[in-house]
Amino acid sequence: MPISLPAELEHKLGIAIEQMPAFPKSVQKILELARNINSVPKEMVSVIEKDPVMTVKILKVINSAFYSLPNKITSVGQATIFLGVNTIKNLSLGFAAAGILPRGTVEGFDMQRYLLHSLIVATLARQLATTGAKGEADPGDCYIAGLLHDFGKIVFAQAMKVEFRAAMAYSIEKKVALNVAEQQIIGVDHAVVGAMLAQRWQFADHLVQCIHDHHNVQAAPSAMLDCLRTANQIARKLKLGDSGNAWREAEAVAAAARFGDDLDATIASLGDMQRYIDDAQLFAQVSATV
Amino acid sequence: MKVRFWGVRGSIASPGKSTVVYGGNTTCIEVRGDDGTLVVLDAGTGIFPLSQALLSELPVQANIFITHSHWDHIQGLPFFAPLYIPGNSVRIHGAFDVVSGRGIEQVMDVQLQYSYFPIREAEMRANISYQTLHVGVPVTVGSLTITPCLMNHPVVNFGYRVDGDGRSMFFTGDHEPWYNIYAPDDEEYDDYQAMVALQQAQLDTAISGVNLLIADSSYTQAEYPAKVGWGHGTMEGHLAWASRLGVSTLVCTHHEPTRADAALESVFTQALADCGYASDKAGAMKVVLAQEGMEISV
Repeated sequence: MPISLPAELEHKLGIAIEQMPAFPKSVQKILELARNINSVPKEMVSVIEKDPVMTVKILKVINSAFYSLPNKITSVGQATIFLGVNTIKNLSLGFAAAGILPRGTVEGFDMQRYLLHSLIVATLARQLATTGAKGEADPGDCYIAGLLHDFGKIVFAQAMKVEFRAAMAYSIEKKVALNVAEQQIIGVDHAVVGAMLAQRWQFADHLVQCIHDHHNVQAAPSAMLDCLRTANQIARKLKLGDSGNAWREAEAVAAAARFGDDLDATIASLGDMQRYIDDAQLFAQVSATV
Repeated sequence: MKVRFWGVRGSIASPGKSTVVYGGNTTCIEVRGDDGTLVVLDAGTGIFPLSQALLSELPVQANIFITHSHWDHIQGLPFFAPLYIPGNSVRIHGAFDVVSGRGIEQVMDVQLQYSYFPIREAEMRANISYQTLHVGVPVTVGSLTITPCLMNHPVVNFGYRVDGDGRSMFFTGDHEPWYNIYAPDDEEYDDYQAMVALQQAQLDTAISGVNLLIADSSYTQAEYPAKVGWGHGTMEGHLAWASRLGVSTLVCTHHEPTRADAALESVFTQALADCGYASDKAGAMKVVLAQEGMEISV
């Protein structure tokens, strides 16, 4: 999808996006294989083996004190024998999701809480797709959309620090949404920049579009967008993690019609929120410590 | 040592006329040391009738060992009546789940969530404790010593060797013998095969000399090709394994939920015949189907 911006800004963003790490192909492949019930174990092993970071993470967990195995496990193949193919698949899926999120800190922007926000939105978007958009939106895609929807902020925080800090200050001072402040100060918001990055990472067009549109009220509706926006609103309203963009009551009206106009009722329908938080925290922790 | 079967069905409880002979409850095996020490292997729905029987011998000191966290092996846990009676002690043992990042306490936690069960653990009056086990590290309770071994299933699964009073038994939990994930013409085939052989040899060593083997024999050899990777074994495969180990008794359990009594007996008889097994041959091991209420002195 073409994204058009003023030439100077586009050039500046182009450089910023160039500085972002490449999205590991292996992660994309693992997510694809995990969605295909007919994929065979050796494919998964072959993808993991080719990714040294993923391999090290898996071996580290298996060789940890949790199991006290008599022999040290030194290969992914061996790991599948000890813990089973399914366990390794699910383990790598966790690492894959957490591994693409950034680490480190940028002044004024709490990366760890951002990470938690992204993971919770991802988990909630997947759940909303499963319960409220069955057959219309792919839960796996919704998870990725949730994970990456705010990635534009990382581009700003890492490559346009001064402007991003000014936008955050503007958002707080004027009591406007962060995306509005970004448009004002930087000339473009994080949704558009996140979409540019997703495009560079060669994600499917519908995913790029969804990231692009998540703050655009005029955007063409889609089931995936409904799930992402509602998940984002829930996470922000309940203050789960921190996207750098505080919840404002006026946003409640923007809840997607498919989930009803009462965000609290949607939250209640999701059941025990703690398990989504636990899931996300576990991944956030894995990403930070392993 | 005495072994009594309270649940022998795999996957889901299957009560009804067609399963009344072998039973419809999911996995639960009671093991008693000669001193009365109580070990319970798995907490499928079969743990409920066991718990009713235990009410006549209060206070109860139960040592529950969970092979793995799939529903059919934990579902009876909240209905284990001794949990609710002060003076009882219940210790739950099992594996660390590397994917959820939690120890064995999660098998109770997940079931006691408000939406799914009305009682919280704080309201259970027995002394409840948890012990997450390590592979190959034995735990001793009373006269029995229990050693966990890693098996092959789509979640971490411990098989348990129980030793006591000079006798021993092994329960696989759910287990599919390790197999090569590569095709013979793949470059990685030989290396993987060597690892499979090594893993099997290590298990065989860990359980060598056991008198009784209780094995997940969900399928027949003919059914197996359609179930590869599902994490269960075959009657024929375990018969060969038990012969190799030299056990005196093999009990085939984890019966398919759709298998009616007559069909179960028929496939079992056929499997024995296909393996050339003859019970009247001198020194032949005993091979039986697990049945609710069946008791074996080891």
